Amino acid sequence: MTIEAFAFYLFAAVTVVSGLMVIVSRNPVHCVLYLILAFFSAGGLFVLMGAEFLAMILVIVYVGAVAVLFLFVVMMLDIDFAQLRAGYAQYLPFGLVLGGVLALQLALVGFNWETGSGAKRLGSTPTPSDTTNTEAIGQVLYTEYFFAFHSAALILLVAMIGAVVLTLRDRDGVKRQNVTAQNTRTARDAIEVVSVDTGEGI
Amino acid sequence: MAEIGVGHYLAVASILFTFGVVGIFLNRKNVIIILMSVELMLLAVNINFVAFSTHLNDMVGQIFAMFVLTVAAAEAAIGLAILVIYFRNRGTIAVEDIDMLKG
Repeated sequence: MTIEAFAFYLFAAVTVVSGLMVIVSRNPVHCVLYLILAFFSAGGLFVLMGAEFLAMILVIVYVGAVAVLFLFVVMMLDIDFAQLRAGYAQYLPFGLVLGGVLALQLALVGFNWETGSGAKRLGSTPTPSDTTNTEAIGQVLYTEYFFAFHSAALILLVAMIGAVVLTLRDRDGVKRQNVTAQNTRTARDAIEVVSVDTGEGI
Repeated sequence: MAEIGVGHYLAVASILFTFGVVGIFLNRKNVIIILMSVELMLLAVNINFVAFSTHLNDMVGQIFAMFVLTVAAAEAAIGLAILVIYFRNRGTIAVEDIDMLKG
């Protein structure tokens, strides 16, 4: 077995097993951790395929942001997971049947396809052989897919603002700094000059 | 042992996609795990895109996988934000309790 085949089977096995553990694990925190493991090993698969840039993006975006976000939510919400888990065995047969049908369909397609004779020739943006993967992506992304790239940025902006607006709440009884009131205050409002006679109070 | 080709990666991706679909049905009460299953399915789709991109020597697959990644990140952020405010309002995230809109 070559080193490449060994690496593939290692990463593939870890990906598949951790993917299975995501859906059968009892503890949601374990689910998230297995999800992170699945993303990591999928990143390894990407490297094996020769898409290093996407592998790094996968690790940074998925592991660094999305999975940690999941972890935050799982730990932040005080949820009775045992109650949510009830009825698991009841759904198991239907889920397995459905998964079996889907796997069968995918296998029927997966074992009976071949690359068309002209497919490699028809590619619109062939992978350049003399540049790195990152440079090749940049050369395509910033030229042909410029507007799609900016739309992706807009989607992220909308998601960010949406998440902030959704989860922002005003609580009653919280004392906050009122910057406008502080800045519009004048010396006349704040200080009063009182002439006090000697030996008497105000 | 055959050489590792695009078919091997497609097999991994289809197994992962099937797990994602089954996960939705197994954990149909728990929104968090349903969202995680959706992430698994998107990961499987990304593996498919990259496998065909490198197989056919075409960069477009990797570009599109990046856009899928972007949308998945946005979807996770919004979904979890909705989950948090739903929990704040109702005190539960069980899927069958999300029925306030029924007529």
